[in-house]
Amino acid sequence: MVYAVRVNGSLHKVEADGQTPLLWVLRDTLGLTGTKYGCGIAQCGACTVHVDGQPMRSCSLPIEFVGSAEVTTIEAIDDPIATAVQQAWVARDVPQCGFCQSGQVMSAVALLRAMPSPSDSDIDTAMSGNICRCATYNRIRAAIHDAAATLRGEAV
Amino acid sequence: MTRRSDRPRRRRFRIARIFGIAGLLVVAAIGLGLVYLLYPRPVLQSEPIAVETLYAQLESLQPVSAFDTIVEPRLRSVALFEEVGRVLQSPRCMNCHPATDRPTQTEAMWPHMPWVSRGLDGGGEANMRCTTCHQAQNAEASGVPGNAKWSLAPIEMAWQGKSLGDICRQLLDPARSHMTREELLHHMAEDDLVGWAWNPGGGRQPAPGTQDEFGALVAAWLETGAQCPQ
Repeated sequence: MVYAVRVNGSLHKVEADGQTPLLWVLRDTLGLTGTKYGCGIAQCGACTVHVDGQPMRSCSLPIEFVGSAEVTTIEAIDDPIATAVQQAWVARDVPQCGFCQSGQVMSAVALLRAMPSPSDSDIDTAMSGNICRCATYNRIRAAIHDAAATLRGEAV
Repeated sequence: MTRRSDRPRRRRFRIARIFGIAGLLVVAAIGLGLVYLLYPRPVLQSEPIAVETLYAQLESLQPVSAFDTIVEPRLRSVALFEEVGRVLQSPRCMNCHPATDRPTQTEAMWPHMPWVSRGLDGGGEANMRCTTCHQAQNAEASGVPGNAKWSLAPIEMAWQGKSLGDICRQLLDPARSHMTREELLHHMAEDDLVGWAWNPGGGRQPAPGTQDEFGALVAAWLETGAQCPQ
């Protein structure tokens, strides 16, 4: 079946089985390989994208459920919050192997859009579905605090 | 003179003999190890899994008519609820009626992974909603279950750790169930979130029977006075 999906501001016609996960449409059909395949069962968060601004695991989102929603991937997040997160990630040297990081960044950006000054507990809750095998959790949490401070105009 | 010069030579000879024996033992051990490692063994072959273990075993419910033989109405009502309880206490229902803010999952009712919490509306915390992973229907590829109303039951309707009698009294208490008896029957017999228990996907064991049979049992229980087990 042919589906029209809106990804990163463009409408794409995609021919796929309705149960095909959005992840594979993004990676295999549209060539957007920044979104990673980690576990395939919504346990690790490596495949996190934004669907109408909400973080979602693209491995467990069949293409037939996407409908007219706007999908945003790591390639296209581009606003002051995303910039602050990216800069904090670089400054803190957050990634180690880096595989999970696009998912981590997508969840972090969604968190800061919803909650400009998250506490440690807020960060832990929001990021609990994003697993990092290199255990960079402390740096992730510190970088989110840094990004939040930057967005508040505070010196980091 | 002769004796004195012979002594170091004998000592050297003894040391050489000890090292020689040790060396032989090491060579022999390596040899035996290689023989053990390289000895041809039959290669393990994959075996097909018996079909019946691939699919969850279906359990049936007794029809309402099976309880007609119980003459005493109160006892018949209790027996009907005990049959209803086989569904209520299945992991498909219990996992989302936790006694804490965290759901459980699987037949073993482990804590939900990843860490999630009910939030204000039972649909997850503001920054980690159920819809982050659960869609309007089951997702075949990932095996993640889904329904448009996916959420936890209110904490007043916590079932885990409660006896069937306590669950029964909870259901009948509108202050806790937030439902009249008519609404309760509708929820059990027709709500598609409850109906998910018979279509759980992902190789999960469905609740016993069918939703229609379950609804008929709930209706019969209510009609017989909605009596509760102790």
